[in-house]
Amino acid sequence: MSASITNTSTRYGWAAIVLHWLIALIFIGQFALGFVMVRLTSQRTAFELIQLHKSFGFLLLGLIILRIAWRIGNAGPALPRSVGSLERRTAPLAHFALYAFQLALPLSGWALVSVSMLEIPSMPFNLFVMPNLPLAESDAAESFWAAAHWYLAYAGIALVALHALAALRHHFWLKDTVLTRMITPSSDRDME
Amino acid sequence: MYARIFGFAAVAACIAMPASAAVALSDAAGSYTISPASSSIRFSIGKVGGGGLDGAFSRFKGSIRIDNSDVGRSQVNFTIFPESVGTGQSRIDAFLRSDAVFDAANSPEIQFRSTSVKRTGDTSALITGRLTARGKTFPEKFTAELGGLKAGTINFHVTGKVLRSRYGMDVGTPIYSNIVDFDMTLTGKRG
Repeated sequence: MSASITNTSTRYGWAAIVLHWLIALIFIGQFALGFVMVRLTSQRTAFELIQLHKSFGFLLLGLIILRIAWRIGNAGPALPRSVGSLERRTAPLAHFALYAFQLALPLSGWALVSVSMLEIPSMPFNLFVMPNLPLAESDAAESFWAAAHWYLAYAGIALVALHALAALRHHFWLKDTVLTRMITPSSDRDME
Repeated sequence: MYARIFGFAAVAACIAMPASAAVALSDAAGSYTISPASSSIRFSIGKVGGGGLDGAFSRFKGSIRIDNSDVGRSQVNFTIFPESVGTGQSRIDAFLRSDAVFDAANSPEIQFRSTSVKRTGDTSALITGRLTARGKTFPEKFTAELGGLKAGTINFHVTGKVLRSRYGMDVGTPIYSNIVDFDMTLTGKRG
């Protein structure tokens, strides 16, 4: 028995699982980093953490594009039969919203650095220069995107919390496979 | 400084010479006080992807002493007050003044004291000296080009490159270059 990269009708493959947890880790880390970096007294540390936040933001954007492409090309497993009709209808909406936030957050951050009057270049992990989005610089645009990024971050983390609570409910209350199938990958054995 | 230049210029002045070179040592020798009103100390730091961060210091003081007999014994001293840094962006100015860069509250002065002056051309010289910033001192070199001398006022265009990392100001590298390009116009008034 060996772990399968692709999803099956009942299980997730390891590619989907790795992308899910990697993005989850970076997404939550980015929220914490973003929260801390704007509250520091040391301007030097703040500058460095903001550059780190930008680096992880671009990494996140790349991973999310990859994940969405993977999701489109490789349908996820069906929900277990025990899942009720209300949840069967709302779960896809919640998942669509999660994907929308994953995409909107790094994009709004990219827009923010692109329109900032500070004109600080983006150099993810000091590896290469990431060009700015073709948006006009202004103080007004910077305020707008800073606010947008802030609201998206709080709404996004709230959605993540809801998503995590739903997964825990499935595991401990409904006692189905919804959480475990995002931990243990599908295997050759699943593919009849 | 410029003893030989000026000596040569004094002779050549009889023919048609550019105004800047037509200066006799006997005219140039003496002590000058740098006049901030007619001087400027600008700097530029390149950044990845092109462009750079340009700024200037609006408050500084200094003196230029040109030795009557030996250019090498001439001296240039100046003090910059980093609190006066200006880039056109108040947030960047605040960042530069903070302990991330200048730490102007604890290190209110950046000092340059020349140790040697060497003639490198008709109207140019290489000034070597000791630059002190944030409690750290390193030798630095600046190129001075004589702009002119008239009515007790002497004018130099001074350029040089300084590695900011040595002074504990390496924040932002490699996004922002470690090299700070200085471009100064120093106007000294006799006395």
